[in-house]
Amino acid sequence: MRVDLEGITKSFGSLLANDLVSLTVNPGEIHCILGENGAGKSTLMNVLFGMIEPDAGEIRVDGKPVRFTSPREAIASGIGMVHQHFMLVPVFTVAENAVLGFEPVKKRVLLDRALSRRKVLELSEAYGLAVDPDAIVGDLPIGMQQRVEILKALGHDARLLILDEPTAVLTLQETEALFKIMRSLADSGRSIMFITHKLKEVAAVADRVTVLRRGRVAGQGDPKTLTERELASMIVGRDVQLDVDWGKPKPSRAVLSVRDLTVYDERGALAVDRLNLEVRAGEIVSIAGVDGNGQTELVRSLVGLLPPHSGSIELDGKPVAGASPRKMIELGVGHIPEDRQVDGLVLPMSIAENLVLDLYSRKPFATGWRRDLRAIEENAERLVEEFDIRTQSVNAPVANLSGGNQQKVVVARELSRELVLLVASQPTRGLDVGSIEYIHRRIVAARDAGVAVLLVSAELDEVLSLGDRVAVMHRGKIVDVVNPDVGRDHIGLLMTGVQPSAAENSRTDSRPGSGATERLRELEWRGGGDD
Amino acid sequence: MTERIVGPELELVSDSETGGKKGVGLSPSGLLRSLNSSFAYGRPWAITLLAIVTALIAGAVLLTVTTPATLQAWGSFFSNPIGALSATWFLVGDVYRDIFTGSIVDPPALFQAITTGQGWVAVLTPLSETLTQATPLIIAGLAVAVGFQSGVFNIGAQGQIIAGAICASYAGWAIQLPSPIHLALTVAAGLAGGAIAGFIPGILKAKTGAHEVIVTIMLNYVILNFLLYLLTNRPFRQPGQSNAISRPVDASAQLPHLLGSALPANLGIVLALVAAYLVSWFMKRSTLGFSFLIMGANPTAGRTAGIDSKRVTVLVMVISGALAGLAGMVILSGSTLMLTSGFGGNVGFDAITVALLGRNRPLGVVLAALLFGALDVGGRAMEAATGVPVDLISVIQAIIVLLVAAPALVREIYRLKATSLRSVELGTRGWGA
Ligand SMILES: Nc1ncnc2c1ncn2[C@@H]1O[C@H](COP(=O)(O)OP(=O)(O)OP(=O)(O)O)[C@@H](O)[C@H]1O
Ligand SMILES: [Mg+2]
Repeated sequence: MRVDLEGITKSFGSLLANDLVSLTVNPGEIHCILGENGAGKSTLMNVLFGMIEPDAGEIRVDGKPVRFTSPREAIASGIGMVHQHFMLVPVFTVAENAVLGFEPVKKRVLLDRALSRRKVLELSEAYGLAVDPDAIVGDLPIGMQQRVEILKALGHDARLLILDEPTAVLTLQETEALFKIMRSLADSGRSIMFITHKLKEVAAVADRVTVLRRGRVAGQGDPKTLTERELASMIVGRDVQLDVDWGKPKPSRAVLSVRDLTVYDERGALAVDRLNLEVRAGEIVSIAGVDGNGQTELVRSLVGLLPPHSGSIELDGKPVAGASPRKMIELGVGHIPEDRQVDGLVLPMSIAENLVLDLYSRKPFATGWRRDLRAIEENAERLVEEFDIRTQSVNAPVANLSGGNQQKVVVARELSRELVLLVASQPTRGLDVGSIEYIHRRIVAARDAGVAVLLVSAELDEVLSLGDRVAVMHRGKIVDVVNPDVGRDHIGLLMTGVQPSAAENSRTDSRPGSGATERLRELEWRGGGDD
Repeated sequence: MTERIVGPELELVSDSETGGKKGVGLSPSGLLRSLNSSFAYGRPWAITLLAIVTALIAGAVLLTVTTPATLQAWGSFFSNPIGALSATWFLVGDVYRDIFTGSIVDPPALFQAITTGQGWVAVLTPLSETLTQATPLIIAGLAVAVGFQSGVFNIGAQGQIIAGAICASYAGWAIQLPSPIHLALTVAAGLAGGAIAGFIPGILKAKTGAHEVIVTIMLNYVILNFLLYLLTNRPFRQPGQSNAISRPVDASAQLPHLLGSALPANLGIVLALVAAYLVSWFMKRSTLGFSFLIMGANPTAGRTAGIDSKRVTVLVMVISGALAGLAGMVILSGSTLMLTSGFGGNVGFDAITVALLGRNRPLGVVLAALLFGALDVGGRAMEAATGVPVDLISVIQAIIVLLVAAPALVREIYRLKATSLRSVELGTRGWGA
């Protein structure tokens, strides 16, 4: 399907989110949209999908002008969209979500569940997107949820598929699988609009790129001829350093020591298994691992959100296992949660309020019972400036920010106070190249100021570039702690649980304990499923 | 990633101005178009206003089809359309005028009072009655709203009202003190009674996870039966009375009348407005209120930010209960003076409606309670004057609430565009990056 956008303009108050944007997507083309956080990418896609009515401009589908006043109409014209922040009903099954809004009906009033299931199975077969139609969406990992969203969009026989930052939450493997699907869809004549901040992905999958900057088209081109560097400077309008040498760490005392930590997840499955880890002041330890190997639970138990089953956590020599989140915050533990909208932000509250979410009862933001709105606002003005959070007012609800700017709010808040230990989980998820560079700089600055940093990231690049030591996590254990220089292949093998040097005997010999109990343990891990 | 049960349109005190977009009203009327584009977006009170208008129209239709005379006139609509329309016009006009004059003021009487300087009592009676009727609704509405805004569903205002009134009653006749001190003590007793009744479901939820909706509903029965027990036993029972009725509170513990003893308006309305102001300040400016709002809007983020959710649950229930208890005290010391088996009427449940209609904001609650108080008072006057059953009022109130609770319906009727995109996203929370 060919889609032309011409002169699309949309303003929010005095802010021009889209300013005379024109672009064309050809049939069978994967068109990549790049741009800074807040450049107007999601807004443009929402206009195309009928969720936002533009102030001016025209949309043509296969040459015919169209006007969508609701997503329903866009869907009817063959447009499907996977949103940056998913729109699934967590308590419904995969099949129920996939047909939501277009439920098959029998005898005019009854939902035809069997048919929904069948449709979902057919689709997942046809596109090679394996899902369990009966699984409850809320129980699925985020990558699976992404698949459900894609199936939902494909279910309406979309001929143009809009994917708004789909890879921000995917693992490397999942991303590669997604790209295969995208390719095969494009080969069958469908068009795809694809938003990403990861420049490597552009060369891997895109046929054409359009860069937006501050609401306008800043450039277009052929990804085959553009280097990452060129793309980066097109996006932010200045030169960006992609590979930075962050200098030598000067580690001192041990700040965090974790010994034999065992944590069960919320569903009662073993998630962290007698884990040992040490992070010293003035160093960054990054955790590498395939998503779902206990990283989330490790982080949650370190910040007091998930009481460990056994083992010890010491902060500056004091035992803190099982302490409350409040206590951990007071002890100087900063936490950038992996899912900003669930754990990090209160969407209807203002940016200023979100910037003091865990500090509101302290000086200078409160005197006694009274919140000091002035101090809260001044703090917000300063952080918005420092972290380049794109907003018109610090009193706007944080929900109005673009995804990346929401992320910056969380990071800015956690870096704005006195820290002893920073636990950062996916700190740059959804950020543009320029912002990533800045956030990395701030994290390193914190390190150099003597903060102990534990970084968990699905981005191997980030893990290797920031980490002074890399701890590889597999099935709830740290299988090895290595120097980031050992290379991706080495770390990649470790992530799958194989010791590159001693592949044969590593499994049984790496830990004390007899072979039999070890195997029982293996069986217990997350219900014994293999990885 | 379980979704919370989100109750009736939870909204924050802090007004969130959302980016509006121009809507294309299909309605021919200029007024509607301006409603549509200038304040319908992100301004829920426009929806409320339209809900009230719609309910009044529905009430007019109901009146027309249930009154034989007008129905007959409509039967001959094609031969005499003017007759049908005028029949409805006069009927509805009469009824709505009676509601207005019965609850606010009778303009001719007012004019006469101004010119002659006589009959002020009669002129002020309707408004004074409306205020008195609205007072407990305001306070109990605040109680419910504080809970809703904090993510705690206190359905037990009715029981807490009674609990507050029981304590206030005891303080009101068992202790002898000079007036202002005695009154203050009675107020404190009302607050304490409600607070205790709120504490129980709060602590049960915090310690055992028992859902507050169930516990508060059940406690309503427990407290009501406790009241019935007290009314038939010493020392509450009024000596020498055959029916179950408590001793009256001493004069020193009664809320003084504001406009002379002939008019019912009493100090209670002042208490209600002070309470509304304090609640507003508390939620907007205090640290504790802020933590309540966080837990109401996103409890997961609240816990991550170090807020003790159990403590908040207990405190919310205590504060909400205390307010409801104050409402009970106001009913007792301002109007009934005695406890009866039907004490409090339906105020505790109407309070839920009022909170919903007022969108959980203190000012909204005050206005909604005044509206409901006026409709109740006006309805009684209307029934007396025209013979139309007061049930009409219940229907109108119910339609208002229905439409406010389902804003999509109002938007559909008046072809309003939905509010901005991002607030839609709020409703359907995702977990994306
Ligand atoms: N409903 C709204 N009200 C006010 N401002 C809005 C609204 N929606 C978007 N904006 C603003 O419009 C601008 C563009 O936002 P948009 O979400 O399109 O950015 P984006 O390019 O998708 O960024 P990101 O990469 O961070 O997702 C931002 O500055 C944002 O704050
Ligand atoms: Mg976006």
